[in-house]
Amino acid sequence: MLDARDILETLNMIREEKLDIRTITMGISLFDCQCDDPKKLCPRIYDRIMTKAKDLVFAGDEIQKKYGIPIINKRVSVTPIAMMLGGCSTDDALRVGKTLDRAAHELGINFIGGYSALVQKGFTNSSRTLISSIPQVLAETERVCSSVNVASTKAGINMDAVAEMGEIVKKTAALTADRQSIGCAKLVVFANVPEDNPFMAGAFHGIGEPECVINVGVSGPGVVASAIRRAGDCDLTTVAETIKRTAFKITRVGQLVAQEAAKMLDVPFGIVDLSLAPTPAVGDSVADILESIGLEKCGGHGTTAALAMLNDAVKKGGVMASSHVGGLSGAFIPVSEDAGMISSVECGALNLERLEAMTAVCSVGLDMIAIPGDTPAEVISGIIADEIAIGVVNTKTTAVRVIPAVGCKAGDRVSFGGLLGSAPVMEINRFSPVKMISRGGRIPAPIQSLKN
Amino acid sequence: MNAVVSVIGRDAVGIIAKVSAGCAACGANISDISQTVLHEYFTMIMIVDIRNLTISFDEFSDQMSELGKKEKLDIHVMHEDIFNSMHRI
Repeated sequence: MLDARDILETLNMIREEKLDIRTITMGISLFDCQCDDPKKLCPRIYDRIMTKAKDLVFAGDEIQKKYGIPIINKRVSVTPIAMMLGGCSTDDALRVGKTLDRAAHELGINFIGGYSALVQKGFTNSSRTLISSIPQVLAETERVCSSVNVASTKAGINMDAVAEMGEIVKKTAALTADRQSIGCAKLVVFANVPEDNPFMAGAFHGIGEPECVINVGVSGPGVVASAIRRAGDCDLTTVAETIKRTAFKITRVGQLVAQEAAKMLDVPFGIVDLSLAPTPAVGDSVADILESIGLEKCGGHGTTAALAMLNDAVKKGGVMASSHVGGLSGAFIPVSEDAGMISSVECGALNLERLEAMTAVCSVGLDMIAIPGDTPAEVISGIIADEIAIGVVNTKTTAVRVIPAVGCKAGDRVSFGGLLGSAPVMEINRFSPVKMISRGGRIPAPIQSLKN
Repeated sequence: MNAVVSVIGRDAVGIIAKVSAGCAACGANISDISQTVLHEYFTMIMIVDIRNLTISFDEFSDQMSELGKKEKLDIHVMHEDIFNSMHRI
């Protein structure tokens, strides 16, 4: 028989502590759409997505009702579009981007991921086509998300791609200047990108994935912060245990929802992503968790250690709760999407350098950070290179999603609305890496890649 | 197969009767009830057997939340699997 205390705990998690399923993401392979006529490519892609995902939103809504847990987003990720663009022009690429956007609108999903390329070792013609079209696609679509993997531990860092992505980020910001450069909020530069990540903007359907798959991303920073506060004046071992237990419970819900969605849609269950994903809502913040552990303010000394413990405990708790764990799985630290992070930046506790250090021990990277609009492309490339190097050397995923908000300077505020939130524009180090970035070439794979 | 009906609201005469009648009208058989009153607030958790529902789970859930609105109570119906998943290994 169910225990009343357990029931009340679950109800409290959902109603007071904002536990939710952040996303059910359907991964769809587009390889069946390959054809040598660019004119036929778009209708094929559209039909494929609409056929596979036609019931996705309905299924999400049904599950939400059955279990009483909010399912915030229903999304689709597709095969990296660069792989579909053989023989295509930049205009063709733009048409594909618009096709994805149209499908997203028709399906009623808020994002579609996969306008992506993997160039860790070098460019193909089609990946060049895709990358050069990114600014225009992000400017002329609403729901398309783009990502580019520029490095891996096995391949090293493609510094030509790093240099180019600095330019692409700048162009994207310029083309969406009238909307606070929101295009950059939908563009992620990765190292060691996971191929089954359900979270945007970095989601795509990897080449080793099946035809179609359901991946689920859970959330629940508020639940973890509350549990730590309830644990009271205990030592850090107990704090870690508390996080583990809470992560277990959160992930079990993710597993349940993933299995149910897979069954309803008759699609294989892929993975549950264990990430703690904050939202701009008060009480749904990873910074709050760090502060509940005992920091005066997120960003102060001790932050990296607290985050390392949090990230590790989340994984340990979550991994037993799900049959397949994947994606990014850890704590997210996006600035604009986390009220606690915003507050820490505004009071001067949290700066870009601290954020970079934090990314060495958590699941993603420099995420949703607004920087001055006049930041030169090579400095953005420098920011990307630093972050990517952390991922490559530590055999982990890292990523950069920065927004050089046109017309804004440090201390201003940009607002993107919805889940993307709003962000204070952060000061950056202005000494130039231009000589290093313009050298190009590849930074060789680190010695730890030689494991065979 | 069970569902959990949770009821939260200001204490008043006849809450259990009204919610029970709502369940009975839909064919949901109550198998357990626990309730407390804390600072004028009434909290009740009902476990109901939904195998013989006369309507769909969806409709049952909608009807109970309608009843909640009418009686100024917060009533939610959730499938038991979410609690079993979270609290049982």
